[in-house]
Amino acid sequence: MKILVTAKRVEDPESKIKVKPDGSGIVQEGLKYKINPFDEIGVEEGLRLVAKHQGEVVVVSIGGKEVQEQLRHALAMGAHRAVWVNHTGPLDQLGIAGLLQKVAEKEKPDMVILGKQSIDDDQNQVGQYLAEFLGWGQATFASKVESLESEQEKNKVPALVIGADGKTVRVIREVDNGLATLECQLPAIVTTDLRLNQPRYASLPGIMKAKSKPIEELTPDKLGVNVTPAIQVLKMSSPPARKAGIKVADVPALVEKLHNEAKVV
Amino acid sequence: MPIVLIIAEQQPDGNLRKATYNAIGAGKQLAEKAGGELHIALVGKDPAKAADELKGYGAKAVHVGAAPELEHYLAETYAPALATLVQELKADYVGMAATAQSKDLMPRLAARLRAAMATDVMGFNGSGADVTFSRPMWAGNVFAEVKLTTPVKAFTLRATEFPAAQGGQGAAEVKTFTPKVEASKTKFIDFKEVKSARPELTEARVVVSGGRGTKGDFKEIEALADELGAAVGASRAVCDAGWVPNDLQVGQTGKVVAPALYIAAGISGAIQHLAGMKSSKTIVAINKDPEAPIFQVADYGIVADLFKVLPELRAELGKLK
Ligand SMILES: Cc1cc2nc3c(=O)[nH]c(=O)nc-3n(C[C@@H](O)[C@H](O)[C@H](O)COP(=O)(O)OP(=O)(O)OC[C@H]3O[C@@H](n4cnc5c(N)ncnc54)[C@H](O)[C@@H]3O)c2cc1C
Ligand SMILES: Cc1cc2nc3c(=O)[nH]c(=O)nc-3n(C[C@H](O)[C@H](O)[C@H](O)COP(=O)(O)OP(=O)(O)OC[C@H]3O[C@@H](n4cnc5c(N)ncnc54)[C@H](O)[C@@H]3O)c2cc1C
Repeated sequence: MKILVTAKRVEDPESKIKVKPDGSGIVQEGLKYKINPFDEIGVEEGLRLVAKHQGEVVVVSIGGKEVQEQLRHALAMGAHRAVWVNHTGPLDQLGIAGLLQKVAEKEKPDMVILGKQSIDDDQNQVGQYLAEFLGWGQATFASKVESLESEQEKNKVPALVIGADGKTVRVIREVDNGLATLECQLPAIVTTDLRLNQPRYASLPGIMKAKSKPIEELTPDKLGVNVTPAIQVLKMSSPPARKAGIKVADVPALVEKLHNEAKVV
Repeated sequence: MPIVLIIAEQQPDGNLRKATYNAIGAGKQLAEKAGGELHIALVGKDPAKAADELKGYGAKAVHVGAAPELEHYLAETYAPALATLVQELKADYVGMAATAQSKDLMPRLAARLRAAMATDVMGFNGSGADVTFSRPMWAGNVFAEVKLTTPVKAFTLRATEFPAAQGGQGAAEVKTFTPKVEASKTKFIDFKEVKSARPELTEARVVVSGGRGTKGDFKEIEALADELGAAVGASRAVCDAGWVPNDLQVGQTGKVVAPALYIAAGISGAIQHLAGMKSSKTIVAINKDPEAPIFQVADYGIVADLFKVLPELRAELGKLK
């Protein structure tokens, strides 16, 4: 089983994001970067699947030289190889999915696992674009039903189960008002929700090994994809700040405010 | 004249999702700004009844596409079915309320139409051919103004940012179309609904949410919610622990709510949580820690133990009746 997993570089979710005064972007100074948390979950899921079914996990990231950091992180977790699509400058979903399509056609994986959304743009689109471009089935928002914090987490029903004939994957998805189960013919696209698994830490030997694992370099030109964006981010601004409220002394005071001032009860 | 097509969403029981009405409200705003006209679309196994309900909402036409293969929602079958209509109508804009279904479907439909897309749109700026979309990024820390330059422009709409369209505005023509049916590589297996007697989180007037501070004991949260006829919400910490269903998660990667009153008990106020509730009209925070970031967005805060405050609050509110 070959699983291709995407690894986007994003700002650390703990970072304080500030808009530049001219609205042209965000203030970069002092920011730390990470692999998109959803993609880290994807790497973990890929590793668990190949541990069960043999095979390899290949990670792919699109961006400048710096995205190699995220690829090394995934390699240190245990991914076998990496593909780096070297491109600087803005890319939109059409461009990203177009590049991933070419990488998938080259690698011929049984499954591509992506994050459901990236925590910078929050677009939640790339996996679905890719599924359509490839003409594959899609199961978005894969999620585990049981607690992630419990001791027996590893033994419980996983959200991704490969069929006995190795030709399908059954996926539990988190949707509004409940859980949906789908069965996709392989190859298929799966996107991860946060509760799918808890990613492992990269071990020290893992980090050492990652240094010698191969990273293949590609470019949009080599892949023959025109990546001129069709989305223009014209301006960024800070959302209107909420006025800081007041602290009330006790419950009667709170109810008085809610009743007479805010008039919501 | 630009055509704005809003796709209505049916729940598994056949009823229309309430957020559809907000999406129609948004579609009207967009049609006005773009100088165009509003159309509504609905596909499924038997969507005629739901389509009938949409006649009075001011659209030029309601387009209905029925096929037995569309019984269970699948992105793979719904996308081609809707693509036929977008192409026949030559729609310029195609949008839908942001829900789990539209977030699965719309990008697949957009990809088929080679359209650029904006997720969770909160408003429109500009006019004519220069209409732009405003949407949140980085967990709502940034609002971006974006322009889509493809001939067809796709988007999902954050329902809480648009007033629901009101009925009684004449009767739109209901037109049927034949949706393209394609074989799907994906099979629907089942849907397990999480049933609740309480109102839906995204539609409730009041939401009572609990965080890790509850240590998993939601009895008081639920009791207060029932006193107020409110929905119950939760932080991700609580969902991850398996204390409550994931469906209740409010935030950047959960649901976005904007009720008249949001009560956060034992929630620290991480930016990812704030992203889902910051637009609430009135926010109440109950937290032991006076430095908890939630107090920076709360209109009213109480620094105290939630297990003491919640029963008292319930009793005190009971007195108002
Ligand atoms: C400051 C800033 C400015 C921008 N300006 C523009 C602009 O002018 N024009 C424009 O078109 N776009 C612009 N973008 C957006 C663009 O760069 C997006 O990152 C891109 O469109 C992909 O969308 P997404 O990250 O929202 O994907 P989502 O659909 O939210 O991501 C889902 C998943 O797709 C995968 N994925 C996404 N991107 C990558 C990647 N690079 N490598 C590997 N996997 C990936 C990941 O698995 C991710 O979890 C800008 C973004 C930023 C942060
Ligand atoms: C990629 C990503 C996406 C995320 N998406 C979301 C999301 O959508 N929604 C979300 O909520 N989070 C999300 N998070 C998680 C988020 O960062 C926080 O970890 C989470 O919101 C914390 O939950 P909490 O406030 O319940 O817990 P904590 O941060 O542990 O806070 C518990 C609070 O309870 C208080 N407390 C404890 N006991 C009591 C008591 N007896 N009475 C009163 N107060 C008490 C404490 O003072 C503390 O402030 C995301 C994180 C990441 C990395």
